[in-house]
Amino acid sequence: MAEATSPIIELKDIDVTFKEADRTVKAVKDVNLQVNKGDIYGIVGYSGAGKSTLVRVINQLQRQSKGTVTVSGQNLGNLSGKNLRQARTKIGMIFQHFNLMNERTIGDNVLFPLLLGSKLTRKEKQAKVDELLDLVGLADKKNDYPAQLSGGQKQRVAIARALANDPEILISDEATSALDPKTTGAILELLKHLNETLGLTVVLITHEMQAVKAICNKVAVMQSGEIIERGDLLTIFSNPTEQLTKEFIETSSQIDSALANVVEQATVQNLGAGEQLVVLSYAGDSTEAPLIAQLYEKFHVTPNILFGNVEILQNTPVGTLGLVLSGVGDAVETALAYVAQQGVHVRRINVAEYRAELARKAAANNEEATV
Amino acid sequence: MTTILASDFWSSIMPNVVENKDVFIQSTWETIYMTLVSGLVAGILGMLIGVVLVVTAPGGILENKPTYWILDKLVNIFRSIPFIILLAVIAPFTRLVVGTSIGTTAALVPLTIGCAPFYARQVQNALVDVDRGIIEAAQAVGASPLQIIFRVYLREALPDLIRTSVVTIISLIGLTAMAGAIGGGGLGNTAISIGYNRFENDITIMAMIIILAIVFVVQVLGDLWARRTDHR
Repeated sequence: MAEATSPIIELKDIDVTFKEADRTVKAVKDVNLQVNKGDIYGIVGYSGAGKSTLVRVINQLQRQSKGTVTVSGQNLGNLSGKNLRQARTKIGMIFQHFNLMNERTIGDNVLFPLLLGSKLTRKEKQAKVDELLDLVGLADKKNDYPAQLSGGQKQRVAIARALANDPEILISDEATSALDPKTTGAILELLKHLNETLGLTVVLITHEMQAVKAICNKVAVMQSGEIIERGDLLTIFSNPTEQLTKEFIETSSQIDSALANVVEQATVQNLGAGEQLVVLSYAGDSTEAPLIAQLYEKFHVTPNILFGNVEILQNTPVGTLGLVLSGVGDAVETALAYVAQQGVHVRRINVAEYRAELARKAAANNEEATV
Repeated sequence: MTTILASDFWSSIMPNVVENKDVFIQSTWETIYMTLVSGLVAGILGMLIGVVLVVTAPGGILENKPTYWILDKLVNIFRSIPFIILLAVIAPFTRLVVGTSIGTTAALVPLTIGCAPFYARQVQNALVDVDRGIIEAAQAVGASPLQIIFRVYLREALPDLIRTSVVTIISLIGLTAMAGAIGGGGLGNTAISIGYNRFENDITIMAMIIILAIVFVVQVLGDLWARRTDHR
């Protein structure tokens, strides 16, 4: 991954407002975003959060109502007609529903961007198509039609098409949302590969945290048109501050289902004085310190491990551990203060409250289901 | 077998048709001529209007509310006028365009004007069915509006355009049957002015059979072509 240089995409104070008959809708509100060359920048949020609108501002398929868009040093807001179309050729885009032309062969779909004004000769164009299809692993499908391909294959064709003009940026708008988990993994792998081999900058919109976790190095969380939290992947994952961010992270891990199980156990429900249920999460270096051993050595606190999980994000282990700590007097509190000092995120769980919260959520879900 | 094909056999069951053989050849030719020429002009005109309707519609690639609104209303109005009335109403305009308001050539003008709005709607419907996402993908790779019209809209909608063209041609053949009202001739005129008015029923039936045969050929060829181009 390229080291941070000047931003290749810079969005400044972006507003997008849609005027409807009886009201105006602010789809994007005051968004600032910088994407550096070589980044795989994830933008997560539920549907309707404004993610798709925001990325369409990058290639100006959607004009902003306010703010400036700079891509590779060029202010796109000032461009129109031919110049804008020229700028767009340097920004590839792939879509949830692939958007391939049904009446053209796979080869002709990939060829399409080259028909619009490329100076290559006929022969060079065909060579380029072959090279691209090879890159996405579909060289043998050149003369097939999209209807004959699976979803994953269609998305590969769409990627090849998006790369035809050698763009520096690839925008992926929910590109894996219509695919099964295995195919999703393969497509994400391919994007990662393109990022590493071509130095392609990727902006990845998704509602699946799993996808972000798999390949992104940076992430922004969007809600109601605003970016509510952003940062590099590790920081966000090990130390989320916003409630929505936490929700997204939970959906991508097993921690909460494990916790829900644990709090139903009688021993956990009847914790005595000096006992505390905690979830520790840690990233990178802190995983190397013999923390659990120190709990006993330094504070005479006994850890009882209930569950644990380690994931590798950007080559860094990120761990989560569910424990019941027991000690005499304030020993547990002192120990937790020490643990927090070591850069480990401590989440104290009040079992009764947590169960009440779960019950409330379940009730809310039921209500939603019956409505 | 030989007796079936013998001319006295036909003379016995369709005496008037055999007697008016030349009239049938003439009127069949007139029907084909009117269909081809007005179909071609109406096809170009309707295609143009249909494309403009799609691209200028709200959310279209060249959104333009006044243009869309005016064209949309014009198409509706012209589609609502019964053809037999249109024939008469536009007679002055017809004279202006082709120099006469009577005869086969004069029938071309109202046929074109009666058919073009119908075809425009059909084209519009076919193009609107092209997935918005495909258009967006083309915009994203830097396609211009003209490139999108010719290389995406018309190309992607081709099978539907062929099918709707067939429907339009068949309805146009139907309209030519009314051209007799302004002296346009054609099979419809033969069926009414000779067959019906003179109580020569075999002539009416023969005119119908020939029209059905033309329709059948158009339908079969169109379906075949549409199926060959469709890869969805």
